[in-house]
Amino acid sequence: MAGVGAACLFVGLLCALYAVGASLAGARSGRRELAVSGRRAIYCLAGLLVLAFAILEAAYLSSDFSFALVEESSSTDTPTFYKVTGMWSTQDGSLLLWVLLLSLFSSAVLFLTRKSLREITPYATAVLGVVAAFFLVLMVAWESPFDSIAAASVPPDGRGLNPLLRHPAMMIHPPMLYTGYVGFTIPFAFAVGALITRRTGADWIRATRRFALVAWTFLGTGILLGALWSYTELGWGGYWAWDPVENAALMPWLVGTAFLHSIIVQEKRGMLKVWNASLIVTTFVLALLGTFLVRSGILSSIHAFGASTIGPQFLVFIALVVIGSMVLIVSRLDSLRSEARLDSLVSREAFFLLNNLVLLAIALVILWGTFFPLISEALTGREASVGPPWFNALTTPLALVLVLLTGIGPVLAWRRATLAGVRRVLAVPVACAALLAVLLLVFTNAADSIPSFVMFVLVGFVVTVIVQEFWRGASARRSMTGEPFPRALGRLVGRNRRRFGGYLVHVGMAVLFLGVAASSAFLKQRDVRLAPGQTVKVGDYEITYREPTAVLSDDREATGAPITLGATMVVRKDGGQTTVVRPARNFYPTRDPRKGVVSRYFEGEANSEVDVRWGLRRDLWTAVRPDISSLERPIAEADRRFADVGSSGLALIVGALLENYRKNPPPATFRVIVSPLVSWIWLGGALVVLGALVAAWPSPEARLRRVRSLYSARLGRELTQPHT
Amino acid sequence: MEYALALVVLLGLVALAVAQPLMSRGETIAREEGRRAELDAAKEAKYREIRDAELDERMGKLSKEDHREVDRELRAEAMAILRELDALEGRAPRA
Repeated sequence: MAGVGAACLFVGLLCALYAVGASLAGARSGRRELAVSGRRAIYCLAGLLVLAFAILEAAYLSSDFSFALVEESSSTDTPTFYKVTGMWSTQDGSLLLWVLLLSLFSSAVLFLTRKSLREITPYATAVLGVVAAFFLVLMVAWESPFDSIAAASVPPDGRGLNPLLRHPAMMIHPPMLYTGYVGFTIPFAFAVGALITRRTGADWIRATRRFALVAWTFLGTGILLGALWSYTELGWGGYWAWDPVENAALMPWLVGTAFLHSIIVQEKRGMLKVWNASLIVTTFVLALLGTFLVRSGILSSIHAFGASTIGPQFLVFIALVVIGSMVLIVSRLDSLRSEARLDSLVSREAFFLLNNLVLLAIALVILWGTFFPLISEALTGREASVGPPWFNALTTPLALVLVLLTGIGPVLAWRRATLAGVRRVLAVPVACAALLAVLLLVFTNAADSIPSFVMFVLVGFVVTVIVQEFWRGASARRSMTGEPFPRALGRLVGRNRRRFGGYLVHVGMAVLFLGVAASSAFLKQRDVRLAPGQTVKVGDYEITYREPTAVLSDDREATGAPITLGATMVVRKDGGQTTVVRPARNFYPTRDPRKGVVSRYFEGEANSEVDVRWGLRRDLWTAVRPDISSLERPIAEADRRFADVGSSGLALIVGALLENYRKNPPPATFRVIVSPLVSWIWLGGALVVLGALVAAWPSPEARLRRVRSLYSARLGRELTQPHT
Repeated sequence: MEYALALVVLLGLVALAVAQPLMSRGETIAREEGRRAELDAAKEAKYREIRDAELDERMGKLSKEDHREVDRELRAEAMAILRELDALEGRAPRA
């Protein structure tokens, strides 16, 4: 079936190229059937890639190691969930996922716009075809997921999935990120079509706004899932390290946030057209860059550039997109002129512009810091890097300004707001923020970290503003309709989903920043070495190492680890309530034939199974690194004496070693972290997703009017056709 | 062999799918239809703006005078869109 899969990719590439040619020919000649044919080619592409994807998944599920990709990233003992998701742990598989998602999104948007935007859509189809063709060429020519192993050389088992990736969040994280990257390709393609046809009004924005919002939501969710994985899996206790791979996803999300806000101004006032075209191009380029960075390893060193098989191709494509887009925007500046002018600096438009600048500034800081190692190596021959303190120092003040704008923006009217009106509307939120500041100063040590203290006050301000918006809006509706307050609130949100969904997103982001500020500045961490019976104090907690644990093939996360060593620890808080935590460490065997039959189980990969006790006020996070040096001599002896033992005998030997470890445990190294308000990060993220859903949901009245108008247009058309 | 056979079958299916619109009678992209869809979307957006402005006034963000002015502008823009829609559909009122 690998041959069928490879044929799907090749025919898919022909479909993408045909879509480009037919759509462009249809657009230039005005022959609609060519444009329709081009659109059909995209539908066919989606069908072919679904088939290719299904073939590869079937190979994973059946552990068919004649597929090189399956041999590389799966094994007979990989749990089923990780077999299904293992494809996108590889470069080839992730390229297939990317272009599959692109073909599905493209098919959806082309279907939805098949009767509208008929001048723009053929060009958008061509752009989507070009992007799909690029990824397909990468797979057909260099990184095919359907490379097969000769029948005589097919191994009995595969290499298995990297143990670090055996976590549900890590497996859902790539599809979420790629949905985000791919989703932004849609508004990019329609922006290019709008620029080519000089139809630079808000039509292309209305057609693709929801795709941009969905992309933004998925990308944000993917970023949060990655942070969650880092927090619960990597064993260092943090959720964000300003790692290049993390930054690669954050940058397009930031610029995408600016785009989503800025297009509102174009829809309402016909302004910021150059901004919007530039923002969506930048978002798309950063999405391509993000895809490339994660896979290429280039940020470890500029010399890794040559080692990446698709690095040069990606960079050439990105360069062509940047140059082509810039030429297009500059050549269309006359049709991108604003339809209105900025009436007042105290207006929502002005604050959205300020919002754009702040978000871009943050993205620029991250871009500079991320690429600094490459830049320094290229200029000086020595690689220098910047770490979290540098990023935090520059992004924290910008984040504070962003949160402030999040609170002020909603209270401003479009076009102009009077200062008296603004003062009136902000009076209660400012008073609440001031009160919060006083309470924090008097009753907490929040002022020990000034940036966090300012963030707490600003979050209080934002939440009060938004609550006030809901309250005043519902009260205004109630005064018009006489409805009870709850119904008025529901109807208010239902009829103004974009606005109030957006407000929910703002609250979610404020809550998320609250969690970040508190957990960054006020966490307490201890790294200690404890023998059984010893105790460590961290914050209000006393944690006693009671006894070691050692199990065979029974890890609680069901990752397939054959050996798990851990600890049982008793936790007391304020001398009162107790709980038991059980951090552990999984050991996975190496397939290195030079290792002994027993030692291979202890000298392969290992990862932490952190014990996190979640709480609204604080999390208690524990991880253990068992000391297995006391087992080295018995393991070496077992390797020598039992070199030819079978699997059941091996299980008995390893079981005996684990029993030895349990009865004579050496001290182990523990990391204990008490982290305040971390859970609010995830809660804030959930609120952001809810708000985005509300904002994206279509309103029933508009849909009904659209349907009626389509029938009315059809009636008018048919009545004017000549009788036969 | 598997690859070649799949190639032929898949190419054949795709060719059938993309050729079908080419067999039908040629039709130019109707500019009027595209314009109508755009005007419909613009009309909805303008209605939303009018409602937003009214809500802003009731919530105290816009003074009554400012709202009156903004509302007048927005309604004039909405009427221009409706006139253009009517003209497209041949329903323009006689003077």
